[in-house]
Amino acid sequence: MPAAADAVAAVKGGWPGVTDRASLDHPAINVPASDLLAVLRSLRDDHGFDMLADVSGVDWSVGVSPRFTVVYHVFSTARHDYVRVAADCADGASPEVPSATGLWPGADWHEREAYDMFGIRFAGHPDLRRILMWDEYPHFPLRKDFPLAGIETELPDADVVAETRTGAIAAPMMGGPFVAAPGQINLTEAEPRAKDESWSERRPKPGA
Amino acid sequence: MPKPPMSVEHTFPDSAARNAQGEFETEKMSLSMGPSHPSTHGVLRLQLELDGEVVTKADPVIGYLHRGDEKIAENMTYNQFVPYTDRLDYLAPLANNMAYAIAVEKLAKLEVPARCQAIRVITAEMARISAHLLGLGAFGIDVGAWSVFLYSFTEREKLYKLFEELTGARFTTSYTRIGGVARDVPPGWLERVNAFCDQFLPLLEEILDLLTRNRIFVDRTAGIGVISKEDAIAYGLTGPNLRASGVPLDLRKDKPYSGYEKYEFDVAVGTKGDGYDRYLVRGEEMRQSVRIIRQAIAKFPEGKWYAEDARRIIAPPKDKVLTSMEELIQNFMIVTEGPQMPAGEVYFEAENPKGALGFYIVSKGGGVPWRLKIRAPSFCNLSILPKVCVGALISDVVAILGSLDFVMGECDR
Repeated sequence: MPAAADAVAAVKGGWPGVTDRASLDHPAINVPASDLLAVLRSLRDDHGFDMLADVSGVDWSVGVSPRFTVVYHVFSTARHDYVRVAADCADGASPEVPSATGLWPGADWHEREAYDMFGIRFAGHPDLRRILMWDEYPHFPLRKDFPLAGIETELPDADVVAETRTGAIAAPMMGGPFVAAPGQINLTEAEPRAKDESWSERRPKPGA
Repeated sequence: MPKPPMSVEHTFPDSAARNAQGEFETEKMSLSMGPSHPSTHGVLRLQLELDGEVVTKADPVIGYLHRGDEKIAENMTYNQFVPYTDRLDYLAPLANNMAYAIAVEKLAKLEVPARCQAIRVITAEMARISAHLLGLGAFGIDVGAWSVFLYSFTEREKLYKLFEELTGARFTTSYTRIGGVARDVPPGWLERVNAFCDQFLPLLEEILDLLTRNRIFVDRTAGIGVISKEDAIAYGLTGPNLRASGVPLDLRKDKPYSGYEKYEFDVAVGTKGDGYDRYLVRGEEMRQSVRIIRQAIAKFPEGKWYAEDARRIIAPPKDKVLTSMEELIQNFMIVTEGPQMPAGEVYFEAENPKGALGFYIVSKGGGVPWRLKIRAPSFCNLSILPKVCVGALISDVVAILGSLDFVMGECDR
C-alpha cells in the first residue's frame, strides 16, 4: 500500500468528519474546516508529508453551496507522494478557513494569493494582504462573477496620479476578450472577436 | 518656478538639537529596491528596511507581471492554453509546455508513445541547460563577473538555433500538444543536438572555471544566503535551491514522468545551502542534462510522436481537414467546443529548471478547465526572501537574488 493511501486511511480513522474526495490521481480527502489544522499537522508529523506543495482556492460559482473550497497539496520528501486535502468554506459570503502558516511558513504567500484572488480569509494569518494585485484593488479577480475583460479600476495611489497627471486607468481589454468562448453558447457568440466594438481608445465607452 | 513633480523634502526637525546635546541616534532607513533594478531580474521589488548597510527587514513586493493566466485558462480550451505556458518560465518554455501537457494527459488518461516521451525529455533538458546558462550568466553579472554572461549567451544562442529548427520559434516555442508534440524531429536534428553536446561540455567547464575558484565570486557567495534543510522544506523550495540545501529531491528521479526512469543521471546535492552551493548544483545539473540528452538520442525510439488516442484532442492535419468530411467536422468541434475532457481533479508537478512546476486542474467535463492553478516554483522560492535577507548586507541581497535564480513571469503569472 503506498504511503499516501496509508496516511489517508489513518487520518480518516482519527477524524470521523474526514471523507474521501473524488480524484483522478493522488489520494484525496475532504476535511471540515474545524479539523483542517489538526489533519494537516498529523499528515506532517505522523505521516511525513513535510512539504506544502500548493494551496489553491476554487470557486464553484455563484449560488453554489459551499461556494469556495481551499485545496492543499502536501508532499512527502521522503516517500515522494502527494495527498490532496480539501476544506470547504462554510460561508459563501465571507469565506474563511484557518491558516496553515503555523505549520508551514511557506503557506504565507499561498494563502495571501488565495485571499487576493478569491477573497478567502485565513484566520490566524499574520499578514493577510494582497500579493499579486495592489493593496487598494477592490475586486477578487478569480471569482466566477468577475468578468475576464476586467473591471475599470482606479490606479493604485491617488497621489501618484495627482503628481504625474497620468490620468491612466487600469483598462480592461478593449472590447475583448479575444478568445474563443466554448461551452453552452451559440457559435456566433463564441467567435473569437471583439464582443463590444462600440468604443475604443479614441472613442470613449458609452455611458462611462 | 514650479515645483518639480514627485519632489521629496527632507526635514530633520530635531536632529540639530540632538547633536547639540551630544546625543547621536541612528534611524532605520527604508529602501525600495526594484521593480526595475538590474539585480532583481525582472520586476521584483524588495522593500528593505536598513540599519546602515545591514538589512533588518525585507518585504518582497510581487505582482508587477501579473497577467491573470489562471483566469485566462478558465476561459479558453485546453489546447489554446499551451502558448500561455511558454510565458510562465520564459527561459524554459519547452519544459513548461511538457509539464502542462502531462497534467492534461493525466486528466484525459492518455499515454504518449515512447518517441514522444524521448523528444520531450530531450527538449526539456535542453531547456534546462538554456535556463541554467542564463541563471549563471546573470548571477555572474550580479556579483561582478561579466565575462561569464558572454560565454553562456553564446551557448544559449546555439540552443536557440536548435529550438528554432525544431519548433519554428526561438523563444516561445508552444511545441507540445496534449497527447504529443507538434511535429516530429527534423532530419539530422538529433545529430546536431549531439554535436552541440560534444562542443558544449568543454565549454561548460571553461565557463564554470571562470567562477568555481574565482576568489571574488567565492567570497561573495560562500556563506551568503544560507538556507537550512528544514527551512527549505518548510518554505516549499524546490529544484536546485532545495537540493543545494542538502535535500536530494528530484522529481525526475523520485516521481518519474515522461520516461525519466529509463535514463541514468545523478542528482546534484549541496551541503551548506549557501549561494555558492546553489551555483555548484546548477553547474552539475547541466552536465547531467547532457548525459540525459545523449542517452535519449542513443536509444531514440521509432514510432509516432503523438498518441493515437489524442486524435480527439489535437486538431487533425490541415490537408485532411481540407479534403475529408470527417476530419473537417472533428477540426470544427475541437476549435469551437474544445477537446472533451472527463470531469475530475489532477495535480501534476514536473521538475523544471527553477523547481517543481505544478498544475492543479479541476475539470467539470467539456473543453475548458473549471480551475487551473499554476504552482510556480519561483513564487515559492521567493517566499523565503524575508527570512534569508535579514542580517545580510545590501550587496549580499544582490548575490542572494542571483543565487536563487527566479523568473518573474512565472512568479506573478
